[in-house]
Amino acid sequence: MCLAIPGKIKSIEMKFDGTVRMAQIDFGGITKEASLEMIPKAQVGDYVLVHVGVAISIVNEEEAKRTFRYLEEMGEIEEELNIQDRLPDRSEYRE
Amino acid sequence: MKYITEYRDPQLAQAYLKEIRKTVTRPWSIMEVCGGQTHSLVKNGILELLPKEINMIHGPGCPVCVTPLNLIDKAIYLAKEKGVILGSFGDMLRVPGSKQSLLEAKAEGADIRILYSPLDAVKIAAENPDKEVVFFAVGFETTAPANALSVLHAEKLGLKNYSILASHVLVPPAIEAIMLDEESKVDGFLAAGHVCTIMGTLEYYPLVEKFQVPIVVTGFEPVDLLQGILMVLKQLESGRAEVENQYSRIVAEEGNMAAQEMIFKVFEVTDRLWRGMEVIPMSGYQIKEEYAAYDATRKFDIDLEEAKENEECIAGEIMKGIKKPFECPNFGKACTPENPLGAPMVSSEGACAAYYHFANLQEVEES
Ligand code: SF4
Repeated sequence: MCLAIPGKIKSIEMKFDGTVRMAQIDFGGITKEASLEMIPKAQVGDYVLVHVGVAISIVNEEEAKRTFRYLEEMGEIEEELNIQDRLPDRSEYRE
Repeated sequence: MKYITEYRDPQLAQAYLKEIRKTVTRPWSIMEVCGGQTHSLVKNGILELLPKEINMIHGPGCPVCVTPLNLIDKAIYLAKEKGVILGSFGDMLRVPGSKQSLLEAKAEGADIRILYSPLDAVKIAAENPDKEVVFFAVGFETTAPANALSVLHAEKLGLKNYSILASHVLVPPAIEAIMLDEESKVDGFLAAGHVCTIMGTLEYYPLVEKFQVPIVVTGFEPVDLLQGILMVLKQLESGRAEVENQYSRIVAEEGNMAAQEMIFKVFEVTDRLWRGMEVIPMSGYQIKEEYAAYDATRKFDIDLEEAKENEECIAGEIMKGIKKPFECPNFGKACTPENPLGAPMVSSEGACAAYYHFANLQEVEES
């Protein structure tokens, strides 16, 4: 439960009467909401590391993609994102 | 288990391994503090690849594993006796409490929900104004901003029915406790990359100074781990003790200031009991007086006796590096992931579960 997963910011919305920035983040085809309060500079299109619904740092695209592929191969993505269904094209990586 | 040829960058991994073999001249014990790193070391077969002089010790860095029995009992009590909706990260559910686990309580009808984020628990509280919602807020520094944020969001929404059961632990005091323990002999540390994303690296300088022990902030992929181990080894072999940052592509020296600000708005540092270990001074967060209304332990009258730890489980010795999981008489026999006696057999980041699932280390260790 301690890993942060890289994803791409698809859109940003102001919530709580315009005081909180929340983003829709794409993790290899799965979209989850995350708070951008810890990284106020983040913009749409940025890659960010997300941990339990909070983005904690901006990373470059290459690093984000490399890390995502690694986590996907290791079968860590579903656990960290708490999704019951498998991601597509993943079966060969599972024990 | 994977083979080195399958690593993202096998050449680089080979090069680090070669350099490690060349550099090492005597036995050293290196502790990775973070459970995510333990998981990766075992799952990727790195322990078998390292020269036998390097003894990796799997530290207490799995928040699920160090959450005290008594807090699990409290969470179950809240769900069952007080009728709250209890939100929790999935890994917590199968950890044994003194009588049962959250999963068993759920099977008996308690409203316990596996959530991805504490922010989801706030949503549930907003949707269920007639119910109390409690989030079981375990975690290291990495998770603290999210848990703090859930309190701040609940406040912004004016919710009166949301609180957290906080069981936050901190890495630097654990390193200090391990160095002060006479039985555990750790020569160098890999510090957890994602924890430092939040907190930065500055907290480690006083520890290096005080104990003359190398600390290298390290990522969790195989190549990161090998490089981190090499950096610790080079320091040890040359008699240096410094803070170094293998994971500088992610970790800034000062960490994430906005996140730290959020944490210290809601939490303050306090003494904390670590399951399997002891009370470590100033090693956890508790909710500040100002936000007491969001603290489940203050909000609810929890009438519970302090339960005793299972005496057959030697998790404490494992986390201090005194013993390896297979030296526990219960390992793989009375204690399995399906029927765990102790927390390190439950979480995929716990040392016992990692050894059980991925490694056949007994032969390696004995040869
Ligand atoms: S194998 Fe089970 S009983 Fe032994 S230390 Fe690990 S969790 Fe505890």
